[in-house]
Amino acid sequence: MSEFPTEPAEHLPLNKPALRDDTKFAPGKIALIQYLTLAVFLFLIAGFWSLQVRNPELYSEQAERNSIKALPVLAPRGKILDRDGRVIVDNHSSFSLILSREHLKPEHLWTIAAGLNLDHGQLEQRLQRFRSRPRYEPIIIKEELTPGELAFVEAHRGPEELPEMEMLHAQRRLYPQNSLAAHVIGYVGEVSEAELNTPEFIKYDPGDVIGKAGLERQYNDHLMGVDGQRQVLVDNRGRERGLIGFKEAVPGKNLRLTIDLDLQVVADLAMEDRKGAVVALDPRNGEVLAMVSRPAFDPNKFTSRIRSEDWKEITSNPENPMLNRAIQAQLAPGSVFKPIVALAGLETGLIDDQFHVRCGGGASFYGHYFNCHIKKGHGAVELHKGLTQSCDVFFYNVGNRVGIDNLAHYAELAGLGRKTGIDLPHEAEGVVPSTRWKMRIFRQKWYAGETISVAIGQGALTVTPLQLAYAIGGLVTGGVWYRPHLVKDPNRQERPRVEKIDLNNAGKVVYGLYGVVNEGGTGGRARLPGISVCGKTGSAQLASNEALKNTKLGLTLKDNAWFVGFAPCESPEIVVAALYESGEHGYLAAPIVRDVIKAHFDKKARTAALVAGNRGLPQFGPAPPKEDSRSLTVAARNP
Amino acid sequence: MARYRSLGDLDWPLLVVTVAICAMGVLQIYSATLGTVWADAWWKQTLYVFAGLLLMWLAASIDYHTLMGQAFIYYLLALAALVVVLLFGKEVFGGRRWIPLAAGFHLQVSEFVKTVLILLVARYVTDLKGDRLETRDLAKLTGLVALPMLLVMKQPDLGTALTYLPILAMGVFLAGLRWQHVVVIALVALLVLPASWYLLKDYQKARLVTFLDPGRDPRGSGYQVIQSQIAVGAGGMWGKGVTQGSQTQLRFLPVPHTDFIFSAFAEEHGFLGVVVMLGLYFLLLMQVVQNAQMAPDRAGMLISMGVCALLLFHLLVNIGMVVGRMPVTGIPLPLMSYGGSSILSVFLMLGLVNSVRLRRFVS
Repeated sequence: MSEFPTEPAEHLPLNKPALRDDTKFAPGKIALIQYLTLAVFLFLIAGFWSLQVRNPELYSEQAERNSIKALPVLAPRGKILDRDGRVIVDNHSSFSLILSREHLKPEHLWTIAAGLNLDHGQLEQRLQRFRSRPRYEPIIIKEELTPGELAFVEAHRGPEELPEMEMLHAQRRLYPQNSLAAHVIGYVGEVSEAELNTPEFIKYDPGDVIGKAGLERQYNDHLMGVDGQRQVLVDNRGRERGLIGFKEAVPGKNLRLTIDLDLQVVADLAMEDRKGAVVALDPRNGEVLAMVSRPAFDPNKFTSRIRSEDWKEITSNPENPMLNRAIQAQLAPGSVFKPIVALAGLETGLIDDQFHVRCGGGASFYGHYFNCHIKKGHGAVELHKGLTQSCDVFFYNVGNRVGIDNLAHYAELAGLGRKTGIDLPHEAEGVVPSTRWKMRIFRQKWYAGETISVAIGQGALTVTPLQLAYAIGGLVTGGVWYRPHLVKDPNRQERPRVEKIDLNNAGKVVYGLYGVVNEGGTGGRARLPGISVCGKTGSAQLASNEALKNTKLGLTLKDNAWFVGFAPCESPEIVVAALYESGEHGYLAAPIVRDVIKAHFDKKARTAALVAGNRGLPQFGPAPPKEDSRSLTVAARNP
Repeated sequence: MARYRSLGDLDWPLLVVTVAICAMGVLQIYSATLGTVWADAWWKQTLYVFAGLLLMWLAASIDYHTLMGQAFIYYLLALAALVVVLLFGKEVFGGRRWIPLAAGFHLQVSEFVKTVLILLVARYVTDLKGDRLETRDLAKLTGLVALPMLLVMKQPDLGTALTYLPILAMGVFLAGLRWQHVVVIALVALLVLPASWYLLKDYQKARLVTFLDPGRDPRGSGYQVIQSQIAVGAGGMWGKGVTQGSQTQLRFLPVPHTDFIFSAFAEEHGFLGVVVMLGLYFLLLMQVVQNAQMAPDRAGMLISMGVCALLLFHLLVNIGMVVGRMPVTGIPLPLMSYGGSSILSVFLMLGLVNSVRLRRFVS
């Protein structure tokens, strides 16, 4: 605007005083205002500079956190199926409540806790636990909402009341068979803070639901899927305005077991409400067909956070229902150990089938008198009679001849004294005593007198039911031990452990075990028409009986009853070990084994008949029902 | 007077800058209100701008000396209108600020009082005899401005009331402030400011505390400041694009089409857009100052400088608030914020500036 003169002094009108209309007033002051204006603008620009140019990431991040909400999409765990594909462990739909923590008002926690029947203190503790997770990730605070709680959430989750609450659909674990095979399957639960600090669980995040016991734990990585995420755009009221990212959940894979639900049910029923365990194995491949432990628990109680009274009831139960007795009970095997003693004698050549002793109801060794279980004695006893009648005096003599270290050698050869390696956590080892063992543990020499007790499966010797089934199964199949396993894997490559055993000697032992059941021996109750069942009874004092004798508890301690049976004798395809705690007499455990073996062969006959019928009359008979056709494929795989 | 009304004599640079700012404002209002109940605000604002241009033309065509001569009448009318607002005004958000007009429009009287005060201060200072401001005149002038201020504060609308102060300050400064007066005013301010804390309403106190420490209550009174800073910062250098700012579009930013419009603008247009926009505002102010420098007489200069002071104060407080360097006062950004009264009032003032310009070769 420089073309316009700013000092038009010659234009001044004459009728007005020059002083008032002088346009040259205050040019300095106006310049000052110009500088002030410039300063104000620089001040404002500086404000924008520091927000937008110096560290815009900081604010972009905050803007994103403002508007993006990450909602988990929970991956369902894989199902667990029996060998025929029947569902043992399933999932069911449920709703969980998740809490978004970004806009959480602490005073709202009281209302939420009250509405969901939660303890306010515990809710706060839970929030504390999740401090390390990003705030935009909501956390699950209650699972398996009841209809009443659902109604509460629906009524109050609006933006005006409790916008923190969000509902999440989840596939929760369901154990439709309740306590059936509970110890094998285990249970799931939320990973605890203590667990997160252990190497096994360090890879998980707070809030993850993981297997805590049994197969659920052993195969957690297989069963557990990968959670997905839904990233949604929300506005200032928390309302969803759009989907910006979706990561699909990868469901966990199903797990096919070797367990046969039919056998499992029979074994479970056969136990009635007795305390103990049953293990059924296929000695030809190590597949576990049934595994029962009693008393049992209901894994459904663990799926969401377990109620404290339930937990107290389970953990304070003196019967210890959480213990998987099939792999964790370490007890003296009693007379069930005798086949191994017999084999040790035969293999070392220290006895033969002509070797015999006189049983007068007991015998003295090293200054101590040892009773036989029959007071009046068995008379002349050789190997076969020794096994069928379970004559203690005969085996005292065998053990005395063979010596503790030979006994230990053959016991370990059979698989006792160490883990079988079954695919379950926390398997127990048991104890096979020997001179070296005693020196290592007690720093003492072995006394020959101690061998006498071990020879009838007492003393320091302890085994688990699984170990017994495994040991006898391998022994009667001629020295081939397959590692017991619960998961059916068609690509399984593992070779069995093969030990050199004279098959004649093994045959002599098997013949003795045939006599136990079929020739008026101690295991007559296991007899089945048309099936050659073999087996061995055992009744064992608790390993620690001596120590407990004078305590209050000692009075109630009865002998444990054992029975290990297999069939058919000539080519065993199933071996079953049953433990009936405080059952006193081994013959009381025999019917349990008999029932399981019967169920096995009944099923086999049924499928065989179906296959035969199908082959013979395909054009006449109605199509077999679906379930049967499934059995068919199984039968074809296991002829 | 027809020879003064030539279109070519208008301040075209000023006009171009003004329309450019308004256009960006309309675009930003459109973006910020997309999909809300305010979605029709952008074309209403367009109407206001055209009405404003007409009002500016009208104001420019009237000799400012005439208007100045009637300043006291306008002043009395303004006081009466403010009393009417207090008694019968429409209450919105806990404040009585509007007089309902026909067709659903509302008039915010306090906006137009600004123009009246500019004329009044110019008239008063022009009438002074000496080069220096006497204590008596200072007191009288202060009293004249304080009266409408008190009425507006009563509405309550502290922000708008405060915008009257720079008009007074500019007038006093140009009239020739004695340094003794500066000392006295500073002393009085030092004494009155702490005492005035007790006169503030709770929400006003909260705003001040929040200004000093916004993290103190992020979901409460600090919310606006924090969300505004996040919006500005998230814009970065290049901005997120029109209708793409998440803070604006998802309504985390409060009132993104009125008081916080520059925050929404900064988010969607980035630092570059901000520099361009602030540049336009700077040009506007410099153009107003230039009109003051070229004014044919003291009265014209005083009017132009009054307008300059008022606009500068608005920019400082509103945009300073957006970047968290000024407390939240809730005054609009001239020419950009949505609102008829604000737009018309600013165009009216720019009309006065043009009126001064049209008469720069005569007197």
